[in-house]
Amino acid sequence: MLPLAALVWKSSKAGRGGFWEAISDPQAVAALKLTLVVSVAVCLINAVMGTIVAWILIRDRFPGQGVVNAIIDLPFALPTIVAGLTLLALYGPNGPVGVNIAFSRTAILLALLFVTLPFVIRTVQPVLLELDREMEEAAASLGAGPFTTFRHIIFPNLFPAVLSGVALAFARAIGEFGAVVLISGNLPFKTEVASVFIFGRIESGDPAGAAAVSVLILVITFVVLLGIGALRRWVTRHDRA
Amino acid sequence: MRRWPLRIVGLSYLLVVLAAPVGLVFYRAFEHGLGPAWAAVTTPEAKHAFYLTVLIAAIAVPANTIFGVICALAIVRQRFPGKGVMNALVDLPLALSPVVVGLAFLLLYSRTGWFGSWLTDRGIQVVFALPGMILVTIFISLPFVVREVVPVLREIGTDQEQAAATLGASGWQTFRRVTLPAIRWAIAYGVVLTTARALGEFGAVSVISGHVVGRTETMTLHVEAQYQQFDYVGAYSASVVLAMIAIATLVAMTLFKPKEETR
Repeated sequence: MLPLAALVWKSSKAGRGGFWEAISDPQAVAALKLTLVVSVAVCLINAVMGTIVAWILIRDRFPGQGVVNAIIDLPFALPTIVAGLTLLALYGPNGPVGVNIAFSRTAILLALLFVTLPFVIRTVQPVLLELDREMEEAAASLGAGPFTTFRHIIFPNLFPAVLSGVALAFARAIGEFGAVVLISGNLPFKTEVASVFIFGRIESGDPAGAAAVSVLILVITFVVLLGIGALRRWVTRHDRA
Repeated sequence: MRRWPLRIVGLSYLLVVLAAPVGLVFYRAFEHGLGPAWAAVTTPEAKHAFYLTVLIAAIAVPANTIFGVICALAIVRQRFPGKGVMNALVDLPLALSPVVVGLAFLLLYSRTGWFGSWLTDRGIQVVFALPGMILVTIFISLPFVVREVVPVLREIGTDQEQAAATLGASGWQTFRRVTLPAIRWAIAYGVVLTTARALGEFGAVSVISGHVVGRTETMTLHVEAQYQQFDYVGAYSASVVLAMIAIATLVAMTLFKPKEETR
């Protein structure tokens, strides 16, 4: 807690004017905007792909499933800098597939997808496991097509879990540093995310500016997490009614 | 028939995002044979980085394990004002950017920081030195043991502990004989997660360490430094060492997890 207090104290020492100046700096604004846009994209992709992967891990049967299930946690265990390097090796210059996305916004998106991969899968999996198949069968026997069954039976049951996973992924994506620092190229105004911007400010001897942007990110993170939490409660209450 | 498209979509997503990149790093590291890779991870800098990483983890993990168990016991078994706040605070490191954590500690312990002048007067250097790196690592890897132990403690309830107490067991005896065996798998799982995080931490350590080669360079910082110096074999080889630790972690996780679930 004390470190946080120091952070807020440092950012406020320059006064409201200084704080405002630091966070309205065009480079900071660009970095924040990019971070938010990419993080939201990461959340959306995770919500869809995470659910699909969780689905095939629970409802499907195929050879090698156990291995696939085990490697899902790899991004948790792998140091983030190694994650960045692995992506750069494959999708960077001289990569074997001939795709070079290094130093682009796509690269940032990919890096964040990598580190946030397990969150939605691991929150959806247990719910899917306990989800009663009889409900789906009942819906099907009443003439519901696969899409209708999904929309009315599966989706409402999974949605709260997806939201929890998305919340974790968002918190992770917005602050990610190690995986992004190598692959993004950190071009100001183009591919510089907020955490890299903060790092740059620290290195160039402007801790007050770094602290101001940090505090802003913290506030955004907490607001979004509270928002997702509220949405989740609303959805579950809505269900029961 | 309906499951084929989903299976293909899901598995190719995993391949593109996860499996292919990790596989390639292994290939790149050993591309020129085992010799250069071995030479790259046995340079003095690499060895020191490895030693430092293990040292930091060796301090941070036990500290967090002990703190985590005490903290979990406090959250589940005790009633005190501010309990909800403490519960939320424990999760805080998960929601914070590592860079922000590093910055916060920098502000606190640098020469102009809150404790900085007091520490400098006594000749203790925290920032750009080992103590700072240990502190941020402890902070970053704090939540894992607590988060694993709390649900298990909630589930086992207090019946057995009360029974032990009525039979005359002291608080410590109850803990050692009754509570500890019940939560040991949860602790083990938490320790594995803590270790993985402590070994792999980059952002926070990067800010607070100052990147002094051969002094405050950990494995992850070493990977970055080698890459920036275009020593790709060095970077990939060191990455492979870290990746192997990660895979070992994964194996440990799958070993501990089912036992915890079927308890």
